[in-house]
Amino acid sequence: MSNIPSDLKYAKSHEWIRVSGDTATVGISDHAQAELTDIVFVELPAAGRQVKAGEACAVVESVKTASDIYSPVSGEIVALNKPVTDNPALVNTEPYAGGWFFKIKLSNPAELNALLSPEDYKKQIGG
Amino acid sequence: MGLKRTALFSTHQKLGAKLIDFGGWEMPVQYTSITDEHLAVRNAAGIFDISHMGEVTLSGADAEKFLNFVLTNDIRKLVPGEGQYTLMCNERGGVIDDLYAYKLSDGVYFLIINASRIEPDVAWLKSQAAKFSGELILTDASHQYAAVAVQGPRVKEFIDACIPGGSNCAMRVARVTDLKKNQIGGFPFEHGDVLISRTGYTGEDGFEIVGSDEAIQHVWKNVLEIGKPFGIKPCGLGARDTLRTEVCYPLYGHELDEETTPIEAGVGFFVSLDKGEFNGHSVLAEQKANGVKKKLVAFKMTDKSAPPRPHYPIWANGVSVGEVTSGTQSPSLNVGIGMGFVPPEFAKPDTKIEIEIRGKRFAAVVVQKPIYKVR
Repeated sequence: MSNIPSDLKYAKSHEWIRVSGDTATVGISDHAQAELTDIVFVELPAAGRQVKAGEACAVVESVKTASDIYSPVSGEIVALNKPVTDNPALVNTEPYAGGWFFKIKLSNPAELNALLSPEDYKKQIGG
Repeated sequence: MGLKRTALFSTHQKLGAKLIDFGGWEMPVQYTSITDEHLAVRNAAGIFDISHMGEVTLSGADAEKFLNFVLTNDIRKLVPGEGQYTLMCNERGGVIDDLYAYKLSDGVYFLIINASRIEPDVAWLKSQAAKFSGELILTDASHQYAAVAVQGPRVKEFIDACIPGGSNCAMRVARVTDLKKNQIGGFPFEHGDVLISRTGYTGEDGFEIVGSDEAIQHVWKNVLEIGKPFGIKPCGLGARDTLRTEVCYPLYGHELDEETTPIEAGVGFFVSLDKGEFNGHSVLAEQKANGVKKKLVAFKMTDKSAPPRPHYPIWANGVSVGEVTSGTQSPSLNVGIGMGFVPPEFAKPDTKIEIEIRGKRFAAVVVQKPIYKVR
């Protein structure tokens, strides 16, 4: 049974977002890490980069495949989780805590309304 | 039309395997984790469903002559109960398939071919047989057989108990583990006789077992039960690929194809130029004598980077010179590894190269094969 914290919003592409004021933290869901298994590499966007909602901005690699990570919202990348580049397994073991990818300063908070609630995400992954 | 399924499909489902489309077959890519399954084979034992692979039987007084013409290795070297790795080339020396050829008895041969190449191989063999005037019966037996590979250093500790007793045809031995590398024996088994060879695609000691659907279902069950205290794990195609990449075994469609010769791919050892005429002989003789324009190398990443993957460009001296054919993060070595083609001047071990990953270049070094040395 996949873990889907109730205080987060989700993208169809399996990213989660935790909002705090005008910035938010982004990672990938428990479902996504379980699908990928064995994450061996994480490539984060450059700090200061401007991204649009739905834009590919990071890469997560398992043994078998490379997967694009899409920013759920538009804004500026303001912080990166360096530990996850040194220890990619954090994404598997702590997808909602130590395995976060980047923090983003929201340029258009209304975009959050287009994201999935925990219940809708649960439906999407067949829970 | 749906994907093809092997006799072990429901077993894979029950084990919770992640199933993928592999060349039209619905096959397990992993059961738990590619890394865990890979390490199980390196340290203990793993079992793979290889039922999708193809089998061809050839018999008749001229079967040996025919095979020595269509295959590159010298099949006359085989005694009954022995097999050899070999390649089947077209007239340009390009590889149609790489395969194992076994002599079961005088005039009776058994080929195990890649799943993805069953159709072109059989078509080629039939067209070659049509031009051949000799006593030969050729049969595509792929639909008749299921198969498993059981691989790892601990397999020899329990495999005899899985298929008890000695062989009664091909190589005569008192037990499975008396087979030497590349030997094959026919073993009676209560659910259907099986052919067992001491061969594999992982670099580890192990066996490949071919038989009817029912026999192989029981072999699978026995191996998982009896092998349990030895650490056996079911393993999918993901681990199969990382294991063979570590020991630099070619995969058809990656290191080998119809535009690539065995010499270019570094398997010239299995081309016997002095056995007489065979398909591709003149091109391969010329390459052995005068060299090749592209050479397969193995490499290791030296910069911290994402894993190298097929089709990533290879750079040398600031110029794009080739492409990665196979690449992965090595579960045994924890570094990116791979193989690819480069011009021969960049093929020496210790040559510095770069791999282009998503538009950026990362340092790597050419290494001797195999990249991982089995203990």
